Amino acid sequence: MFESIQRYRDYYAGALLILIGLSTIYQSSRYDVGTLAEIGPGFFPMVMGVILAGCGLAIAFNQSTAADAEHDAETLGRPEWRGWGCILGGVLAFILLAHTGGLFPATFACVFISAMGDRTMAVRNAAVLALGISVFGVLLFHYGLKIQLAPFAWMAR
Amino acid sequence: MTGTAIADLIHGFGVALQPHNFLACLIGVLMGNIVGVLPGMGVMAAISILLPLTFAMPPVAAILMLAGIYYGAQYGGAICSILLNLPCHPPHAVTCLDGYPMTKQGKGGTALGITMLGSFVGASFGITQMIFFAPILVSIALKFGPAEVCSLMLLGLLAGSTLARGSALKGIAMTTFGLLLGIFGTDVTTGLERFTFGFPELADGIEIVGLALGLFGIAEFMKSVNKVEPLKAGYAKVRLRDMRPSRTDLKMSAFPIMRGTLIGSLCSLIPGTGPTIASFVAYATEKKVSKTPERFGRGAIEGVAAPESSTHSSVQGDFIPTMSLGIPGDSVMALLLAALTIQGITPGPQLISQHPDIFWGLIASFWVGNILLVFLNVPMIGLWVKLLTIPYKYLYPSALFFVCIGVYSTNNSLFQVGETLVIGVLGYVLLVLGFHPAPILLGFVLGPRFEENFRRAMLLSRGDLKVFIERPISAAFLTVCVILLLGQLYVRWRSRGRVVTVDAIAVEES
Repeated sequence: MFESIQRYRDYYAGALLILIGLSTIYQSSRYDVGTLAEIGPGFFPMVMGVILAGCGLAIAFNQSTAADAEHDAETLGRPEWRGWGCILGGVLAFILLAHTGGLFPATFACVFISAMGDRTMAVRNAAVLALGISVFGVLLFHYGLKIQLAPFAWMAR
Repeated sequence: MTGTAIADLIHGFGVALQPHNFLACLIGVLMGNIVGVLPGMGVMAAISILLPLTFAMPPVAAILMLAGIYYGAQYGGAICSILLNLPCHPPHAVTCLDGYPMTKQGKGGTALGITMLGSFVGASFGITQMIFFAPILVSIALKFGPAEVCSLMLLGLLAGSTLARGSALKGIAMTTFGLLLGIFGTDVTTGLERFTFGFPELADGIEIVGLALGLFGIAEFMKSVNKVEPLKAGYAKVRLRDMRPSRTDLKMSAFPIMRGTLIGSLCSLIPGTGPTIASFVAYATEKKVSKTPERFGRGAIEGVAAPESSTHSSVQGDFIPTMSLGIPGDSVMALLLAALTIQGITPGPQLISQHPDIFWGLIASFWVGNILLVFLNVPMIGLWVKLLTIPYKYLYPSALFFVCIGVYSTNNSLFQVGETLVIGVLGYVLLVLGFHPAPILLGFVLGPRFEENFRRAMLLSRGDLKVFIERPISAAFLTVCVILLLGQLYVRWRSRGRVVTVDAIAVEES
């Protein structure tokens, strides 16, 4: 998958920009564009959309120079579904648990799940890390910086 | 004029040395330094993770702490590049060329010592420059109408987007995207909610902390997970007494430091040439004037001294347009400006007269902070080396928690944590497609002000676009914009089909 992205990267990049540009134009056409003397709320985003779509076209038909080669090597590689999934899952777990469970379980889940994204991570190490960060997080953010999140949801009332 | 500047500066030291401000600066430098040396954490990540912690502080302390984080992280990046050949931050790329060979020869300590000295000299010069130039710029800028402000912003945006790494076209696209993201939410003139997609939470626009942490936190973690090799700090054994440069080392680097400093300050005066270019030019110059250019790349101390002092003098110079005009030169400055705005302070020419505490306190704190850096780094270098070897697999989950809680604490809103997640995924897609996210932040910060000033300029001129070329100052800014674009096209035409790497540029320029 990633090889094809690398080869046709600038086509995809251009296509994405054209997509963003066109949808911006569509969305801003629903606002009042106004005239040059009295610019409406739709004018500025409309112009941005046109520039974005234009850049997209230029990028797609004007392949970038070798200057980017170095950058590609560090960004691309094989897909990391496990890593990506665990990072997203960790943040989602935080969002879901912060109010229903409290700061401590949310932190534990966030760190534990995202830590499991590393292929060499042992479950025990991830749990120890998550526990450590949770204790530290509750002490620093709840007791230290007085953030409005109870360590456990049942302590809130 | 000089007299008042010195009186103001003394006032500034009074502000910076107040116990809580001094403490804020110390904590900032220390935390920036720690995060800066951690592998896989750049300056942007350091500032955006620590940004929410400053919201509860008074404005002066907050900005001093953020500035401290910035140069602390910068210095941390130099440690990375010298000891491990890892340029964590682009300006340090050339430092690796000679810094790492020095480490291999067991002279890593000396290289660090000279870096510290060079950056202190460079920074001091940059600060002095700021003291004298900022008030002059302000007196000019106060006469600007909306048309001038618009053209100036355009110049800033163009410079910031075309000179980042990678393709200029993609940089412009990202800046435009940032401008667009910046106007999400309620339109100030008409009260209409734009691009909220039915979410009432988006009426206030996208949260800058969320944007920065999505782009420089989550997207970076997605890029680096399972890809960061555990570091081998084999050569990186540095003892305290190794750091004191010998008499010969000092002699050899005295002139390179001075030349580097001058080059850096010149670069900061030319719009759009930031620290990265300054360091390249300084390195190339050193190689050119040296009697023994063959030593470069094999551990020449001049090759460390010149670029590091040039980077730091140019970094300080970058604060001049940021603080006096309210126009940031790069994404770091954009974030600092956003932090000021969150504190309720409007950046722009009025800043110096309305908030002299912030401006002169910041200037004085640069010196305080740079001296603190020297004192912190000398005894703690062993600890930094240990920090460098922390595996990434323990770092990113911990950092991810700081991202979540940082965004949450900004407005006590879980919606914004979700917003950050979406931005992070989008940021990763952009990274894979070869875009650099830094210009997005630049556009984002300037977006609303750009639109407002453009509207006002058009209202005043009754819709006549010629106003931008009829007013001389505005026309001058636009001319520089055109020159920048033509220059980019020329460079692109010349380098067609060639692989441009750090070495190639260094060789080509010498």
